[in-house]
Amino acid sequence: MSSTSPSPLHLAVALDGTGWHPASWREPVSRPRDLFTAAYWADLVAEAERGLLDFVTIEDGLGPQSSHFLDPDERTDQVRGRLDAVLIAARVAPLTRHIGLVPTAVVTHTEPFHISKAIATLDYVSTGRAGLRVQISARPNEAAHFGRRTIPRIEAYDSPAAREAVTDLFDEAADHVEVVRRLWDSWEDDAEIRDVATGRFIDRDKLHYIDFEGGHFSVKGPSITPRPPQGQPIVSALAHDTIPYRLVARAADIAYVTPHDAEEAGAIVARIRAEQKAAGRATEPLHVFGDLLVFLDDAPAAATARRERLDALAGQPYQSDALIFTGSAGQLADLLQEFQGAGLTGFRLRPAVAGHDLPAVTRDLVPELQRRGVFRHAYEAETLRGLLGLARPANRYAAATA
Amino acid sequence: MSTTMSKPPKRIHLAAHFPGVNNTTVWSDPRAGSHIEFSSFAHFARTAERAKFDFLFLAEGLRLREQGGKIYDLDVVGRPDTFTVLAALAAVTEHLGLTGTINSTFNEPYEVARQFASLDHLSGGRAAWNVVTSWDAFTGENFRRGGFLPQEERYSRAKEFLATANDLFDSWQGDEILADQGTGTFLRDAKAGAFVHTGRHFDIHGRFNVPRSPQGRPVIFQAGDSDEGREFAASSADAIFSRYATLKEGQAFYTDVKNRLAKYGRRPDQLLILPAATFTLADTDAEAEELAKVVRRQQVSGATALRHLEFVWNRDLSSYDPDGPLPDIDPDVSGSHISEGRAQVRMYRDPLATAREWRELATANNWSIRDLVIETGNRQNFIGSAETIARTINEFVQADASDGFILVPHITPGGLDEFADKVVPLLQEQGVFRTEYEGPTLRHHLGLAHPDEVRDERVAS
Repeated sequence: MSSTSPSPLHLAVALDGTGWHPASWREPVSRPRDLFTAAYWADLVAEAERGLLDFVTIEDGLGPQSSHFLDPDERTDQVRGRLDAVLIAARVAPLTRHIGLVPTAVVTHTEPFHISKAIATLDYVSTGRAGLRVQISARPNEAAHFGRRTIPRIEAYDSPAAREAVTDLFDEAADHVEVVRRLWDSWEDDAEIRDVATGRFIDRDKLHYIDFEGGHFSVKGPSITPRPPQGQPIVSALAHDTIPYRLVARAADIAYVTPHDAEEAGAIVARIRAEQKAAGRATEPLHVFGDLLVFLDDAPAAATARRERLDALAGQPYQSDALIFTGSAGQLADLLQEFQGAGLTGFRLRPAVAGHDLPAVTRDLVPELQRRGVFRHAYEAETLRGLLGLARPANRYAAATA
Repeated sequence: MSTTMSKPPKRIHLAAHFPGVNNTTVWSDPRAGSHIEFSSFAHFARTAERAKFDFLFLAEGLRLREQGGKIYDLDVVGRPDTFTVLAALAAVTEHLGLTGTINSTFNEPYEVARQFASLDHLSGGRAAWNVVTSWDAFTGENFRRGGFLPQEERYSRAKEFLATANDLFDSWQGDEILADQGTGTFLRDAKAGAFVHTGRHFDIHGRFNVPRSPQGRPVIFQAGDSDEGREFAASSADAIFSRYATLKEGQAFYTDVKNRLAKYGRRPDQLLILPAATFTLADTDAEAEELAKVVRRQQVSGATALRHLEFVWNRDLSSYDPDGPLPDIDPDVSGSHISEGRAQVRMYRDPLATAREWRELATANNWSIRDLVIETGNRQNFIGSAETIARTINEFVQADASDGFILVPHITPGGLDEFADKVVPLLQEQGVFRTEYEGPTLRHHLGLAHPDEVRDERVAS
């Protein structure tokens, strides 16, 4: 046995409807008719918290789900429709105590001013457990829901035009995150003074205009919401290639990546670290989480059979950007540790069937990881930053004027 | 009361306005808690629900107020995101309506419609939207489009915004989700949520992605007072957040707005008039009057009085003595306004006339600047013992000065507690206020029909 104890790994679960497999809603354990109720989401997040997970993410989008990558479909055999992810997170926040809540926000059509105060408020209502997963939208149909601009249709991914369009969307995302973050810092922590002698509620010298000017928008500030409990809630993004690697390296606390083996995991981590260095953030903590879609059963054959059954119901094999794992908790623990050895610091597991694979994570995988000494036995911090080992950051504006 | 009276007494509607960023809120009181921590919102909401109130109300402003080019620092500053805090409050209450003020200028219909539909789902049918407009470039500096909207178009955009949001709410009928696990049919209709809206302000089409919520649409509030605002309310709103809480002004407003309904094919009971109202409650009327004076002086410090006079004078008056006479010089009506991000300054449409009137009032009553600001702006609507306040509220409602009130306590978060404990039981004893919630949704509390019933009624008539 090694003389040094293995380093702990971080574990999150990605919540999306009844699960990530498009036929997941047909499993008897699923509750498709409850998808639009608070109780459904409260139950899922309570289960994740029972498993001491770092956080849950909640998927979202500004249009209906689709089996096509960029276009809507007219299928009636899959779940369509979803509730706003930030509001789901806020609704479950008072019902939970420790687990981080990381809703998805599309940054392409939304206002950074609104997103910033929404996540700051999620941080208040959860007393320091908020995060944000930023996502771009390259879907022309979603642009038509807003009518404010046209998103060029991406015909071939390797064409210069597509590259330019995607680069532009990610540049806008980076600006969006920059504004969101500046607004979180636009109030210093001690700006509220309640000085009865002078009648001043705030010290206005501790509120700051952010004066952001970029290619897509300008934002003056300050925020209408005071600095949130964590100072800076967690910012995260899914990243598949150089352009998004650059975004997470510049702006995020967590990158979700999709390696299919340990070697690829190591290569991705190296590329992100290089981008981080290029962005001048080499010394700042940046988690790189591996995304895995999981079918978990005691018997590996049962997991495989379940996958085959769902694929048959869906009419085609489910394909994912992430590695699809089928097997037992022990096998998954082996894989996670192998990936961890390649440089990943945590994992975001996408349950194929929320009603089955989420409890399998919390009741089988977590105890297995605990036995191996790589996962917490109790929540050790009050905030999401604390769970992730991230310090509460100084305020950029306070530092500038000190 | 005479038994020959055939008309049963009106049922009163009561709501609670979370103390906001106006100077009615006394942050300097030792009992005043946090204005941003969730525990304050939860306390306030639980009190309102314990008292069987119809709903909680949140105001909103999308840029911090400034005066003389500096952030205004004398009142509470800072507040949470409206949708997010209301969704969290849905977790700590079961029946209370959740009314949020959301701007139609610096938002887009698709996003706002899905936020309200989501809030309505997550609260089991308790969402309401106070539709407000703004146009100023000052607020616009925080948003993608800047100050894009001319003032005269703000209601045109607001009306079309609401109509567009209604198209989105109505794009699902409510019976599309089959979720039949056996046959594999999730949606009955492949086109669920399909919409097309083409208009002057919005040209959008596609599929809305939130199924029909329990109330069909959120309850719609309107708060503007201009002729255009009143027409907007008469045509499109379920309730008005008004500012006329006195008997005579209330009756005039009530009559005016209710008379506008007929031309839109609506009945008087389809639009509720709910003025904002402040109160001071004590054991006796005399004690309440004394307490009310103390509160008013807490609300209007000398510094606050000068800043409020500047709303009319539009000049820097910091060199004046708040305990001295009003300025001899006239208001500056030449250029831009000293105060930004404040709807209140628009009330003074003729500053020269207001200044003249105020000087006369001050001279006649021997009022200082501070006295004048207190007397013209901060007198509480209801002052007295619990018996007096309950009686007055009931009289106002029965005399058609309103359909109820949105109470604005001056202390966060406990300012509603005493009202809940002392005044509400008296109204319940008189049979004019509910003792239990009679239905699960805000529409039930307000006696408003579900939009589908309203549509059926219109089709039938």
